[in-house]
Amino acid sequence: MELLKKLTDAFGVSGSECDIAELIKGELEGLGEISVSPLGNVSLHIPGNGKKILFAAHMDEIGVMARFIDDNGFVYISAVGGLSAHTALNSRIRFENGVCGVLSAGEKKEIKDLKITDMFVDIGAKNKAEAESMISLGMCGKFESNFEISGNTIISRVLDNRAGCFALIKAAKELEKCDADIYFVFTSQEEIGLRGAATAAYDICPDYAIAVDITDTGDTPDCEKMAVKLGDGPCIKIMDKGIVTNHLVRDIIETAAKEENIPYQLEILTAGSTDASMLQFSCGGIKTGAISIPLRYIHTSSEMGNLVDLQNTVKLICAICKKLCNFEKTIDNCRKI
Amino acid sequence: MLKELTSLSGISSYENDVLDYIYSTVKDHCDRIEHDSTDNLYCFKKGRKTGKTVMFTAHTDEVGFLVSGITDEGYLKFSSIGIDSRILLGLRVFVGKNRTPGVIGIKAVHLTTADERKKAVEEKNMYIDIGASSKEEAEKLTEKGDFIVFDSDYTEFGDGKVKAKALDDRVGCATLIKLIKEANFEYDTWCVFTVQEEVGLRGGRIAAKRILPDLFIALEATTCSYIPDMEKGKNVTNLGGGVALSYMDGGFMADRKLVGALIERAKERNILCQLKSYASGGNEVRAAQTVGRGVIAAALSVPCRYLHSPLTVMDKKDYEAMYLLAKEVAENLSALEVL
Repeated sequence: MELLKKLTDAFGVSGSECDIAELIKGELEGLGEISVSPLGNVSLHIPGNGKKILFAAHMDEIGVMARFIDDNGFVYISAVGGLSAHTALNSRIRFENGVCGVLSAGEKKEIKDLKITDMFVDIGAKNKAEAESMISLGMCGKFESNFEISGNTIISRVLDNRAGCFALIKAAKELEKCDADIYFVFTSQEEIGLRGAATAAYDICPDYAIAVDITDTGDTPDCEKMAVKLGDGPCIKIMDKGIVTNHLVRDIIETAAKEENIPYQLEILTAGSTDASMLQFSCGGIKTGAISIPLRYIHTSSEMGNLVDLQNTVKLICAICKKLCNFEKTIDNCRKI
Repeated sequence: MLKELTSLSGISSYENDVLDYIYSTVKDHCDRIEHDSTDNLYCFKKGRKTGKTVMFTAHTDEVGFLVSGITDEGYLKFSSIGIDSRILLGLRVFVGKNRTPGVIGIKAVHLTTADERKKAVEEKNMYIDIGASSKEEAEKLTEKGDFIVFDSDYTEFGDGKVKAKALDDRVGCATLIKLIKEANFEYDTWCVFTVQEEVGLRGGRIAAKRILPDLFIALEATTCSYIPDMEKGKNVTNLGGGVALSYMDGGFMADRKLVGALIERAKERNILCQLKSYASGGNEVRAAQTVGRGVIAAALSVPCRYLHSPLTVMDKKDYEAMYLLAKEVAENLSALEVL
């Protein structure tokens, strides 16, 4: 779990992904051809002569950006990605250069009236000049919290989507030699509009694309009804706000899971979308699907995941690649579209 | 030049007057000129070096209205694009190619109740009076779908301030024209005058896909709300504070290295420059940075008060600063070390 801890500790607010990108590049060393795109996507290519498949996991995370420092040295912020004010309140914020502060909203506002743009980070500066010597405008900050694991339960910040990054890295390391032409892409700027993914497939034009991201669950008190449970296995996405999964891709994933006895769930998400939404529009259209890792308390500093789900996600990615190796034979097992 | 550009009519997709003016101004200064089916105007400048392609854009369209209907009494109903309807009452406008003058009205104060006067009038309850006394008479002057622009003169006032309509984005157009005429481009550069920005970055998206540049810079006007009662930090920019840059706005996350390098360069060359203090609005960077493999991109903006109104106000210092910084990018890009 050392790798997952390192990944969740790394800094990678959307648009400021250098730290996480360097870490991932280091892990991928020696596994294939590594490249970095203008928007910061990190790609690993494991060449083969067979079907071309692209897996994408976004490496960025939600955070804040310093936009204004008042005379007393308090740092007002803009949200980077989908923050909700009440879950962000009183969080610790660590800026890219290491300076740490507390995200506050003052004491007089009702929680329902909170807006991110009214909130400020207190970095302990005495005044504007001192604050300006500590951080600069435009600098991003991440939400800080500890990595915990007990039994199979993982509690950490930013399992969205370092869990997906972990799964891709592990799969790349454990992959058996095969014919498939495989790309693992770690995308940038997903949380602010799937921007990295919009460019990820452009010069690859794969036969299939699969996003590896996280999803919500429907197994906690008083939550939205959803047929996904923590610990019941990785999810095969059927539909979300941005995609109806290509049936052939779904069948490839599902048969791969069945053949390797990997538990899985089917996911229908009523809100949110993933890199898959953008990938499907690239290169004149790509057959696209997604694998989702179940998480509770998404977009908070205490996201909860399950270790076995994570291990099974790695197995599932390897199984899909294996299936594509022998694709012409196995396609008969899949529903023809 | 800015005076002439702002006096032209060019609401989204009715931009030919602006495009024609720009074409005639730059045609003898370009190595090649191209058009596309949306009327984007592509001006190519050969660089001292090859190997990289740079792209600048300025959009030619402005906010305005379309005639959506004519009443039996000869009044025009209208639809606006990107305008706060609270500013409209009592304004003078020009309708169509013939520039038929009109005024935006509602019933007179004498006929309103105290309650009505407390509420903002909705656009659907306003009309444009073009002096016609019947539908037939109005139809001789205009028709459904005709464009309507603000009637607003270019005026200089205060210390270097300018008031005009459509500074968004004729100030960008003026900057780009000047760049085409005067800059000694380092790399092969496409200076593109883009259409239909105000209705969804349409021209810019198409142009960026066509060029697939290595570096993209949008020359834009941005909001400036340094006005009474505005909470500090939410004013976005300051008038006279110089060319505005931003790491993030309502639509994009600019390339951080590029923005940082631009700020450094501005400091070195004593070009007035400011960072936007609030993430709002959006521009063509949003559309351009996700074409192809992705594009390193940022926007240079001139702060304008009362954006999207007939009375946009800017400071000539900021315009000058935008030009100087854009020229730095055009002439000495490699020194920024961002490609």
